[in-house]
Amino acid sequence: MPPFVEVNNLTKHFPVQKGFLEAMFSGKRDFVRAVDGISFSIKKGETFGLVGESGSGKTTTGRILVRLIEPTSGEIEFDGQPVTRMNAEEAQTFRRRAQIVFQDPAAALNPRMTVGNAIKHALDIHGIGSDIERREEVLRMLKRVGLTPPDNFHNKYPHQLSGGQRQRVVIGRAMILKPQFVVADEPVAMVDVSIRAQILDLMVSLKQEFGLTYVFITHDLATANYFCDRIAIMYLGKIAEIGLRGEVFKSPKHPYTVALMSAIPVPDPKHKPERLIPRGAIPSPITPPSGCRFHPRCPKAFNRCPNEDPGMTRITSTHEVACHLFDETKAGQ
Amino acid sequence: MPLLEINSLTVDYPTRVGTVRAVDRVSISVEKGQTLGIVGESGCGKSTLGLAVIRLVPSPGIMTEGSIMIDGTDIMRLSNNEVRELRGKVGFIFQDPMTSLNPVKRIGDHFVEFIRTHEKEVSRQEALEKTGKILESLGILRERTTDYPHQFSGGMRQRVMIGLGLALNPKLLIADEPTTSLDVIVEAQILELMNKLKKDYDLTLILITHNIGIVAEMSDLIAVMYAGRVVEFGPTEQIFENPLHPYTKGLLESAPNILHPERSMHPIPGSPPDLISPPPGCKFHPRCPHAFEPCPLREPFLVMKERRFVACHLYD
Repeated sequence: MPPFVEVNNLTKHFPVQKGFLEAMFSGKRDFVRAVDGISFSIKKGETFGLVGESGSGKTTTGRILVRLIEPTSGEIEFDGQPVTRMNAEEAQTFRRRAQIVFQDPAAALNPRMTVGNAIKHALDIHGIGSDIERREEVLRMLKRVGLTPPDNFHNKYPHQLSGGQRQRVVIGRAMILKPQFVVADEPVAMVDVSIRAQILDLMVSLKQEFGLTYVFITHDLATANYFCDRIAIMYLGKIAEIGLRGEVFKSPKHPYTVALMSAIPVPDPKHKPERLIPRGAIPSPITPPSGCRFHPRCPKAFNRCPNEDPGMTRITSTHEVACHLFDETKAGQ
Repeated sequence: MPLLEINSLTVDYPTRVGTVRAVDRVSISVEKGQTLGIVGESGCGKSTLGLAVIRLVPSPGIMTEGSIMIDGTDIMRLSNNEVRELRGKVGFIFQDPMTSLNPVKRIGDHFVEFIRTHEKEVSRQEALEKTGKILESLGILRERTTDYPHQFSGGMRQRVMIGLGLALNPKLLIADEPTTSLDVIVEAQILELMNKLKKDYDLTLILITHNIGIVAEMSDLIAVMYAGRVVEFGPTEQIFENPLHPYTKGLLESAPNILHPERSMHPIPGSPPDLISPPPGCKFHPRCPHAFEPCPLREPFLVMKERRFVACHLYD
């Protein structure tokens, strides 16, 4: 079966805003290399995790996937169709099939629009159904995302809801067009711990009902481990490691993945973690380090690391890592 | 004698639509050298409780009842001048290092102003000297005292905040979500640093957080708060091994656990109550799987049970 979503050598470079004089006299433009040549594919029905720290490029990647921003270069195919070169009509159909759930439900909802209208809006735009049908559809969706009784919620404003309820509205709004592909950008990061699992469980049941394919963007490895089938670990605009959930969590290969995993606090006082915390902070994405981008912080860096950009090395048929330590073919030379 | 002893503390916020009781008859004590973790969800009162300890409850909040003793002094009875002295003895680290530093002031000047406000006899030169030493102990080069906050990364700014918390050699340090806005690797660096500083500076630490993993790792004692009340308070290991209060149990099971995904992420049904009109009786009863007749009728007292305190009718 061909992949549902295929991403090939995707890059996104944002120009850096400079002061007027600086721009006049320096002539050179700087770019934030938010996403810098990543490739992956997603199968239909899969939950694919993009995991990384701030500045890793995970959110930019997610936004490009649903065409909220244009990539600088690279290709994306969605169900066999190139996403980057669509005409207006194709783009409209694409938007019905691909939706996004944002991190902060308070910011994602218009404070002056009722919950019912917020969910209905997409139906209006796409001209789906009559007024009565739209209302019915919205009430059904409110019920489906757990806002019951739906009549009570229909005319409420976002500020009258709790954080968890707002996130349910945002999910309902994304689901109203019955999409096949949903990018969820940190959907539970702003939600209280006791509610988080409720929201994730809702997302799982929607996935089963609608046969969804998810991209789940998160900085939280533990949540990714709970929710995703396959995971890509991103660092400074590149994929460091990609594999099935079990492969990445049980036998992480990239020193960055190992560090990231060891840094997570475990809710068990008897667990005494062996920390392998890299020194320093993530370098600037405007001038990323040469070679492997992790090399200045890597405990296992050797002479090749600052000089050569590691390609992806296959560990198993599903597990790949971008690290010279595993690159045996060239290491022997 | 405990270093910090809070007795039946109540903090109210009068609002136009009613009074919010953010902290409701909270009693906690912490011995010198211990680390207390205060955990709970947003709106449970944990931050207000932390602020009350340095008499910084924001307006219109008022402490309506109870006492707070630090090292034998009742801080509710202090004059304004004495409160200023108190704020030197108790360091406080705020949640967001991005907004807590003045963007147009050099890092060193933050320290100098803070130190000289509290210790008037110290010269600017001496204060800068001390600043350099503190920054070095936090892993920041002394030369960077002349930098501005925007020249620092998030993790570095949080180190500066910790440094400010330590500048007056406090006995007690209160950290309110000190790592919440940081990435996980930086978080681990900061927590490691705080553990080291705790030893070096002989500190008693209060760590306010929603992150169960952090309290498991850092604290000796845990106070679990729900809707303004402490529902369970006791030694960390015991609470994790055998949580008594149904909310504590729910909170522990809802936390993600990277080592045991099957043991994690079990949700608590419903959502935390609106504190303007909280449910009657035990405020957790609408979400509680074990609720029975007395729960909606009267509020449970905090009682001693298995070497810890718990407020639940199951243990009355």
